[in-house]
Amino acid sequence: MACHHWDFLERFDLLAGLMPGGVLLLNSPFTAAESWRRLGERLRQSIRAKRLVVWLIDASAVARQAGMGPHINTVMQACFFAVSGVLPRDEAISRIRSSIEQAYGRKGEAVVAMNLRALESSLEHLHQLDLAAAEAELEAVAKPGPPPNVAGAGAALPGAARPEAADPSLGERLASAPAFVREVVGPLLERRGDSLPVGALPCDGTWPVGTARWEKRNIAEAVPVWHSDLCVQCGKCVLVCPHAVIRAKVVDPAALAGAPTGFLQAPARDPAFAGQSFSLQVSVEDCTGCSICVEVCPVRDRLEPRRKAITMEPQRPLRQAGRRHWDFFLSLPEQPRAGLNLHKLGQQQLQQPLFEFSGACAGCGETPYLKLASQLFGDRMLVANATGCSSIYGGNLPTTPWSANGAGRGPAWSNSLFEDNAEFGYGLRVALDQQRRSALDLLARLAGGWGDGDGDGSSGDPAAGPAPEVPPALITAITTARQENEAEIFEQRQRVEALKALVRHRMASGTDPSQAGPLQQLLEQADALVKKSVWLVGGDGWAYDIGFGGLDHVLASGSDVNVLVLDTEVYSNTGGQVSKATPLGAVAKFAAAGKAAAKKDLGLMAMTYGHVYVASVAMGARDEHTVRAFLEAESYQGPSLILAYSHCIAHGIDMAQGMAHQQAAVESGRWLLYRYDPRRTDRGENPLQLDSPAPRRPLAAAMALENRFRLLSHSQPERARELAAAAELQRQRRWAIYQALAGQAGPGARPGQEVNP
Amino acid sequence: MTSVDLTTTYLGLELRNPLVVGAAAPLSESLAQLQALEVAGAGAIVLHSLFEEQIERDQLELHRHAIAGSNSYAEALSYLPEGALCHGGAQSYLDLIGQARSRLGVPLIASLNGFRPGSWVQLARQLEQAGAQAIELNIYAIPTDPGLSSAAIEAQVEEIVAEVRAEVAVPLAVKLSPFFTNLSALAARLVAAGADGLVLFNRFYQSDLDIETLELRPNLLLSTPHDQRLALRWIALLHGRLPVQFAASGGVHRGSDVVRLLMAGAQVTQVVAALLRHGPQRLVGLEQELRHWLGEHGYATARELVGCMAQERCPDPEAYERVQYLRVLGSLAPPAWGECLAQPWSGAGEATP
Repeated sequence: MACHHWDFLERFDLLAGLMPGGVLLLNSPFTAAESWRRLGERLRQSIRAKRLVVWLIDASAVARQAGMGPHINTVMQACFFAVSGVLPRDEAISRIRSSIEQAYGRKGEAVVAMNLRALESSLEHLHQLDLAAAEAELEAVAKPGPPPNVAGAGAALPGAARPEAADPSLGERLASAPAFVREVVGPLLERRGDSLPVGALPCDGTWPVGTARWEKRNIAEAVPVWHSDLCVQCGKCVLVCPHAVIRAKVVDPAALAGAPTGFLQAPARDPAFAGQSFSLQVSVEDCTGCSICVEVCPVRDRLEPRRKAITMEPQRPLRQAGRRHWDFFLSLPEQPRAGLNLHKLGQQQLQQPLFEFSGACAGCGETPYLKLASQLFGDRMLVANATGCSSIYGGNLPTTPWSANGAGRGPAWSNSLFEDNAEFGYGLRVALDQQRRSALDLLARLAGGWGDGDGDGSSGDPAAGPAPEVPPALITAITTARQENEAEIFEQRQRVEALKALVRHRMASGTDPSQAGPLQQLLEQADALVKKSVWLVGGDGWAYDIGFGGLDHVLASGSDVNVLVLDTEVYSNTGGQVSKATPLGAVAKFAAAGKAAAKKDLGLMAMTYGHVYVASVAMGARDEHTVRAFLEAESYQGPSLILAYSHCIAHGIDMAQGMAHQQAAVESGRWLLYRYDPRRTDRGENPLQLDSPAPRRPLAAAMALENRFRLLSHSQPERARELAAAAELQRQRRWAIYQALAGQAGPGARPGQEVNP
Repeated sequence: MTSVDLTTTYLGLELRNPLVVGAAAPLSESLAQLQALEVAGAGAIVLHSLFEEQIERDQLELHRHAIAGSNSYAEALSYLPEGALCHGGAQSYLDLIGQARSRLGVPLIASLNGFRPGSWVQLARQLEQAGAQAIELNIYAIPTDPGLSSAAIEAQVEEIVAEVRAEVAVPLAVKLSPFFTNLSALAARLVAAGADGLVLFNRFYQSDLDIETLELRPNLLLSTPHDQRLALRWIALLHGRLPVQFAASGGVHRGSDVVRLLMAGAQVTQVVAALLRHGPQRLVGLEQELRHWLGEHGYATARELVGCMAQERCPDPEAYERVQYLRVLGSLAPPAWGECLAQPWSGAGEATP
């Protein structure tokens, strides 16, 4: 049995299937004695009882030193064959050696040499745990007194003097969780799903939200650490964090009275929060260590420029304090939503994300957009999610990242097929509209009888006593309410709650049996009187390709839906196949020789309708533009389409630099920022605002930053040059078209205007 | 005027003129570019540099991205097409030499870039076998190890030259940086180790500092005519003293720059920045300007110029040495500073000589 990640030891019952005398191989970052101590008594007991032979290797260190980064496969494979006895050791190693030469030969001598280095180094660093010595060391640590001189197990054990408390087991962590999480999610997380009775699973297929927060995957070797002295509280790190592990709150200083030791805060810098305290916290146990936050941090220490306001530090030493800080942070009150200026990123990012800790790749370019939508509209949001990456990390059961706020409100989410997701989301909209109409109808029919008595519906049983009245002003306010911003929606929600309380009261105090049904119906449908936000979400494989027909149909319908296309320019989830969104010149599966056709311009196609709000955004290029586009799209009472540039591992990039790649795409004109708002037409203005500056970075230079483009220059240099030239032409043509469209002589447009900020 | 003979020889190659296209990737990456340079009148072309460590870095980077996320998710084993993930190392460079030799008449010099002795020098033989008519060895390193002496660095350079010399029979030029304690001594050692030509000097593409963001910014500054001074002086000092030919590199923008450097002792001049700015056609202009100047001044060939103003032949030999600095400094009166420094090099007239 080999365990490649130390934290799995606590999470799974690894030794269950191991026979007496078996071999256990552990990838351990610790010394021999420290490894033994950290295994915990339960595992130590099993190892003793089964008389297991334990081997240790610090595979991560060996791989790093060999130049392999975080990839430990070659190291662990070599060790496995060295200790397992599956093959004679020398034969196994010799075969691994030839397998490396065969597998990596095409990729170049450097790759072969690196793997061979790792192989040799693995065997040098592999060692068997001296159980007797480790036991003696453990005993010495347990009993105060001079440590024994233990050979081979690291006599001067740095951690021995102050052993850290063990991490809580899954069971301990779930002690405070809801019953469903304890009883169903917990066993599934422990890979004990087979032990659950069928009846434990929800019979209607619904699944409680907010469950990803219980996983605590602890996968990051390094996590962000906040330097409150440098931070300008801009909110950028919070915005880009793909896993919602960095969050900010502004609270009354008094709320921090019970803060645990080391909990960081600083005076809030935004004048709107004068006198309050700002705190930025990292959930170190949920972080994936992508470091995209550090890359976007705009602040450097003037005297020590290597130090930003957020830096990456080893996770393990921070874990315990981090856990306490995070729990305390979550207990602090959220900033009231209605008072926030959503056009200021620092304020907007104080909104609670209702999409957290997904299973997306470290540094994912899609999830920050979903998280943003959940912050802005999550408490009244319905999501129809096309199959793809977003449906996988969005519904990675037994946990889901979609969650709810303190009032229990959060996005309702469901996945549908590639080929019908737009229609599915449209159905949600139709149902909501119908519910709202029905609720309004019920209100109108029943109002007269409750209010001023001028209607003819007052058939209440006099014996039932006086029923509480719904003030006519409340009904009028509900039916005529504007719900175009947070404050107005909040007020409507209060009104509807008041209405529901009155209806409940009325039903409880007895009513005409003929009205019981309609009252019950009103109670069930009243929530539809608060504005709902319907989102159709998916990748480019859905929107540009397989689901395009349906999407087009829904856009044409004029229905009030918001379409968010997480455009990775490739079928990401299935491994990087070419889509119609793939840019010219990029290499992808099924386009190994580079895509020769230009990227389909979905935004331009949607604009031709005239009634569709269309925005093209790239968070890494202009974050406040992204927020503005989301707000405008959602407020538009018709179909909205947001094309969101999403960097992806299938681009062959360093994901920590994902936002810089977005910026390069925009600066080179490969991706345009714009907003097409039909409401501007109504005002006599040009509906299209081109928000990109004129391209100022050579396209070829920007493309060369990504291996999906560079690959071709290695395999087919001539073709790579041809496609790069074609891409440059296409970029120029497209820029000219958009300039012309944005500069069209609408009554409000200035002639020759290139950029409408 | 048209009867002026511009032909010359460099590294044993017959050149139609002393205008050699210097090593720069954007100029010579494709056959089409090489063809354009030939048509525009290049005397010879030094191909862009083959960086051994760049190949290695590319291979490792490609591999790293190829395995990113692989075997980690249920629905995909990998995220980049396996078929496209090949890195042939130097092969495409070798192919380009082969194609160019079969289709072009202009002499081709391959450029090999490295900074340490080792197995990569075998690449030199592959370049020769592919058809390179000469090799320009670009030895480039920033020595940052405080324990490494100047003598050790010079010995390393000499060793590299000797190793490459042992690999190939074609002529060998060595491109150097100006940062050696005694360039004359090093030049002599390199000639003894087998160098047939010295290219003075390499220009370092140095990062700039962004004082607002506190970040380093890669910043490619193209040369100006001012950059030719260092090469001019050293070529003038060394010309005639060693059995080696010189190529001047850096700051060649006008016909008069070519004249000046040939006079100092350069056999040929290498042009890069002017071509990056104006395209291959600039070679036509340079050749015309050179021909015109020679004709106007009564020279029948460009070869006659070579070395006429080198230290060993010029009327004022000490002017190339340190004393000149004192004289010039002494002659500067404060009011002249502004004019002197502000004079644009690219104006209609010549820059301050």
